[in-house]
Amino acid sequence: MSQTQADTTVTRRDFIYLGAGAFAAVGGAAALVPLIHQMNPAADVRALATIDVDISAIAVGQQIKVMWQGKPVFVRHRTPEDIAAAEAVDLSALRDPVPDSERRANAEENGMDRPDWLIVVGVCTHLGCIPIEGRGDYGGWFCPCHGSHYDTAARIRLGPAPTNLPKPPYVFLSDSEVQIG
Amino acid sequence: MSHQSTYRPTGPFTEWLDKRLPVPRLMHDSLVDFPTPRNLNYWYTFGGILTFCLISQIVTGIILAMHYTPHVDYAFESVERIMRDVNFGWLLRYAHAVGASMFFFAVYVHIFRGLYYGSYKAPREVLWMLGVVILLLMMATAFMGYVLPWGQMSFWGATVITNFFTAIPLVGNAITEWLWGGFAVGNATLNRFFSLHYLLPFVIFGVVILHIWALHVPGNNNPTGIDVRGKQDTVPFHPYYTVKDGFALSLFCILFAWYVFFAPNALGHPDNYIPADPLVTPPHIVPEWYFLPFYAILRSIPDKLLGVIAMFGSIAILFVLPWLDRSPVRSLRYRPMTQIFFVGFVVACGVLMYCGGKPAEGVYVLWARLATAYYFAYFLLILPIVGLIETPRKLPDSIAKPVLPAPALAGGTPIGATAAPHTDG
Ligand code: HEM
Ligand code: FES
Repeated sequence: MSQTQADTTVTRRDFIYLGAGAFAAVGGAAALVPLIHQMNPAADVRALATIDVDISAIAVGQQIKVMWQGKPVFVRHRTPEDIAAAEAVDLSALRDPVPDSERRANAEENGMDRPDWLIVVGVCTHLGCIPIEGRGDYGGWFCPCHGSHYDTAARIRLGPAPTNLPKPPYVFLSDSEVQIG
Repeated sequence: MSHQSTYRPTGPFTEWLDKRLPVPRLMHDSLVDFPTPRNLNYWYTFGGILTFCLISQIVTGIILAMHYTPHVDYAFESVERIMRDVNFGWLLRYAHAVGASMFFFAVYVHIFRGLYYGSYKAPREVLWMLGVVILLLMMATAFMGYVLPWGQMSFWGATVITNFFTAIPLVGNAITEWLWGGFAVGNATLNRFFSLHYLLPFVIFGVVILHIWALHVPGNNNPTGIDVRGKQDTVPFHPYYTVKDGFALSLFCILFAWYVFFAPNALGHPDNYIPADPLVTPPHIVPEWYFLPFYAILRSIPDKLLGVIAMFGSIAILFVLPWLDRSPVRSLRYRPMTQIFFVGFVVACGVLMYCGGKPAEGVYVLWARLATAYYFAYFLLILPIVGLIETPRKLPDSIAKPVLPAPALAGGTPIGATAAPHTDG
């Protein structure tokens, strides 16, 4: 290759520079994957993904909190008034409009139609505090941290939280046992 | 460094070293014969105080880490053991916990000083931005440190603050679970926070070195905000400012010691002496006092994402401040209108701090909203506009010859400092 050619055209050396640079960049990016991914939930944490809950002792009007994946889950045995109140709400009045029939235990998602059971993750969708049962303006929950009110279907009604309390995946194994997760 | 080095090696060894690793020269030029404006007041002593705070936190922290166990089952117990069983453990922990508060007190004074005297303006923009980086790193460090004792406030503070990231559209939940290393704040979170709490102070140390480097290129600003025009405007750093800084540091340490020995828990929250319980949220969650203004900004906006944006924005805005303030005059001493708005700004920050500690209801929400509006208006409206319309007071000709009665000349004039004839430029 002559001197003049080297000045004006792409040389072997340019190619090697670029190739080496690209190789280092791709290699560096690949090395970031394990460095970053190690911080995601580890296998043992992910393994604790399902729990079985005995609900036979929960009287109507009562709620229990169970731990699932490090988070509290509310299992609430709703009264007929709770259910009626939740069904009576006009969906257009809701920030996150979902009818009560999809919030409570239903055959399609949970294997059984049980309007009296409401199972939701008890973590405020604002910034993660645990709402308090039986307080607030809508008969459901009230979050003390920044004042979010949830109704008897755990739907957000007032305050800064953007969405309803999420429904975890769960199925009724029998009349008295629920598997969450 | 930007000034002529006056370092003279004192013997054969220092001469030998000077040709190989001129650390003594660097120290001499930065801390002994560094030409410093002669009119720096006590607001300027907080840089030295901050350096002391950082070193004090690192020393007490490394010692605490020798006795602390970062595990959800043992963390609280291990801190109690430090308090009761480890020799002088109570002193070291209180010095560390109170030290964090003192550190923030000093940094806020330091920042208000910079805002008042226009220290963020050219040619000190990079210096100012490095300062904002240090503030952010301090906040991250203190937040993670507060999680370590694993009390109720540790746990719920960590929960609320990490949940800020769930506000990010689409990827928010994935990022938050990545931060937690689980599906909620838990052992993985505590472990990584300890690791990072150990690391970040050393990162801060590195940025502080850059900050001081960026200071020593243009040199100090001063209360008049006008440039140094020659030797008559400066005095050597040592002994003039080593002594002044040392005196201020002694007063600061008296306050520090008073808190450590007489009111070590006054600045903390009693709920943090209750072990963390992931099933019970305390009725009223408040962050440490130094985060209250930002917390108030967060809560004053009723939308989750916008609240989080406003809160981070309140600090991010400091990065662009050098380009928002349009006035050619640095010091607010000579800016009569801005001076008044500045007082309003300090009051707004005070109101935010007060409201941040109160429940987010009723009149507190209103006050917090007004103060939040003022906070942002100060940077986005007042500084850009007032800089163009106000008539500044007459600036002194030089630092050594102010038109206003100057304390620098009223006291004893440093020998040699006025020896050079006064020339402009
Ligand atoms: C920028 C400097 C630092 C700041 C602002 C800071 C802040 C804090 C805060 C606010 C706490 C909670 C105190 C409490 O209420 O108990 C804490 C705890 C702790 N820090 Fe630091 N820290 C700093 C540097 C360090 C360093 C360098 C280490 C060394 C490893 C360290 C180790 C610890 C340990 C082990 C604890 C838990 C013990 C305790 O809670 O008292 N810190 N830190
Ligand atoms: S965390 Fe529930 S309202 Fe903020």
